[in-house]
Amino acid sequence: MTVTTETKKYELGHHPDMAPPLTTTGLIGWLRTNLFSSYMNSVLTIFVLYLLYLYIPPLIEWLFIDAIWSGGSREACEVDGAGACWAFINSRFSQFMYGFYPKDLLWRPNTAGLLLIALMVPLFLKSFNYKWVLGGFILIIYPFIAFYLIHGGSFGLETVETNKWGGLMLTLILSGVGIVASLPIGIVLALGRRSEMPIVKSLSVVYIEFWRGVPLITVLFMSSVMLPLFLPDGSDFDKLLRAMIGIIMFQSAYMAEVVRGGLQAIPKGQYEAASALGLSYWKSMGFIVLPQALKLVIPGIVNTFIALFKDTTLVLIIGLFDLLAIIQQANSDSAWLGFDTEGYVFAASVFWVFCFSMSRYSIALEAKLHTGHKR
Amino acid sequence: MTNDNNSVQEHIIEMNAVHKWYGSFHVLKDVNLQVSKGERIVICGPSGSGKSTAIRCINHLEEHQKGQIIVDGTELTGDLKHIEKIRQEVGMVFQHFNLFPHLTILENLVLAPIWVKKMPRKEAEEIGMNYLERVKIPEQAKKYPGQLSGGQQQRVAIARSLCMSPKVMLFDEPTSALDPEMISEVLDVMVELAEEGMTMICVTHEMGFAKKVANRVIFMDAGQIIEQNDPHEFFDNPQHERTQLFLSQIIQH
Repeated sequence: MTVTTETKKYELGHHPDMAPPLTTTGLIGWLRTNLFSSYMNSVLTIFVLYLLYLYIPPLIEWLFIDAIWSGGSREACEVDGAGACWAFINSRFSQFMYGFYPKDLLWRPNTAGLLLIALMVPLFLKSFNYKWVLGGFILIIYPFIAFYLIHGGSFGLETVETNKWGGLMLTLILSGVGIVASLPIGIVLALGRRSEMPIVKSLSVVYIEFWRGVPLITVLFMSSVMLPLFLPDGSDFDKLLRAMIGIIMFQSAYMAEVVRGGLQAIPKGQYEAASALGLSYWKSMGFIVLPQALKLVIPGIVNTFIALFKDTTLVLIIGLFDLLAIIQQANSDSAWLGFDTEGYVFAASVFWVFCFSMSRYSIALEAKLHTGHKR
Repeated sequence: MTNDNNSVQEHIIEMNAVHKWYGSFHVLKDVNLQVSKGERIVICGPSGSGKSTAIRCINHLEEHQKGQIIVDGTELTGDLKHIEKIRQEVGMVFQHFNLFPHLTILENLVLAPIWVKKMPRKEAEEIGMNYLERVKIPEQAKKYPGQLSGGQQQRVAIARSLCMSPKVMLFDEPTSALDPEMISEVLDVMVELAEEGMTMICVTHEMGFAKKVANRVIFMDAGQIIEQNDPHEFFDNPQHERTQLFLSQIIQH
């Protein structure tokens, strides 16, 4: 159609920029390319819109509009047309967060948590210059402070045994320790597996293949049921600690393979350039290879972190009360019988919020570490 | 082992009867090469002739299995101390630049001086900027390698090697991965370097460069040094028929 318009001749480099045709930009353009690009797509779009219309409004009604937010027992929720019974979550909230931790001592885990948040804030400030020092402090010193605060036992703090720890606090402790410990162990194992020294290499391979080959449930069972049988009497050590070690051993094997993938993606030229400059093995790994390799596998690392976070729920089978276990336990309370759905929806949303934050953070980190086009 | 049999000429690099195998494939066959201080050598030859392997043996990126390599009085053995000492004295420039993409240009330059030579950061940065000026791209110091053109990257790579103040520079086909219009900017830097008296060994097919700066041109084929001569004799009057064939192939167009 447009052929009829006279084409004006411009000198090279003098043709003005023109606005794109209206049908390719703006709302109409977007709808056209994304939702109604073909007959089939139009049908699908309309079908999906219909499904959303069917399910979303009732869901919102149940979740928010008709929901009961407070009340001391199940009677509060046994009203006609009542939606979700958040009163159940509300009345058990402290237990979901802290397990059976003594109520009057809750300031201790709270202080530990707030301290961590306060320490982390400067890490996100651009102008803060001591990030390495602070990061090291958080990774190495802070765990002892937090352990002392939560566990107590000396300097006037009453001991709270680990079997009283529970809820979200326990989930965060298990996964936090798991994440912080499994990454460095995984890196060492990955380097070991690529080592040219036969003993180091085979030890790493055996470790990785062993821990990857057994289910986590087995590991947890072994640590809590079988291990005490083999240990001499009286040398029984903490159940939580045993579970923690099991999780770290297990996840570090996965982490090792993720990191190894990154190491293999680094071109040989990078290793060679580092060697040619006289950098030793550890320096070239630390400054050249690992920074690039870890950056490449951020999605894989975060994937493992998220899996680890959710796998901590398995500790319920050895009698530790993490968030999911304590919610299940509350479900069977006769005062609140029949509100399992609310409990599970709550558990799912808490897990989702944490996992989604990790995922978003990893995307932001990738964007921040992106340094132009990779050759 | 020090250099006892050749102290008269003071060779900075000595390769005596060097052999190397990749598995059962014999890549280097009895390679003998003596390089004096300040000498500029161009090695050419068909692909697969072992020329890259030969210079990569000098800084132990490849390990030779037989024979002797002595760099500035230190013999290359499996000993890590010797290898690291030699690598500090021998700079290398690669075909694919091999800059570190996660570091800025200046960080690329100062990394080795700071962590290998234990130089204070400030001093290293001054030296780095100095060399960036010499390769004519000081304004790129804060950029990342991915933001530079191939020619600029290769000049940065040369500057990065020079920051370690090496006694010898090895060039492994430094212009082969470049677009044609960028080759001369890299060669200019190399010519300047040669004029300053740097000892250089270049594997390259840039015959113009060879004629201009080389003291000696070496032709390798099938893992052996077939012929070596000063550039004029080499190009005008090649002795060996394989050299003649090779030269006719690369010069005919």
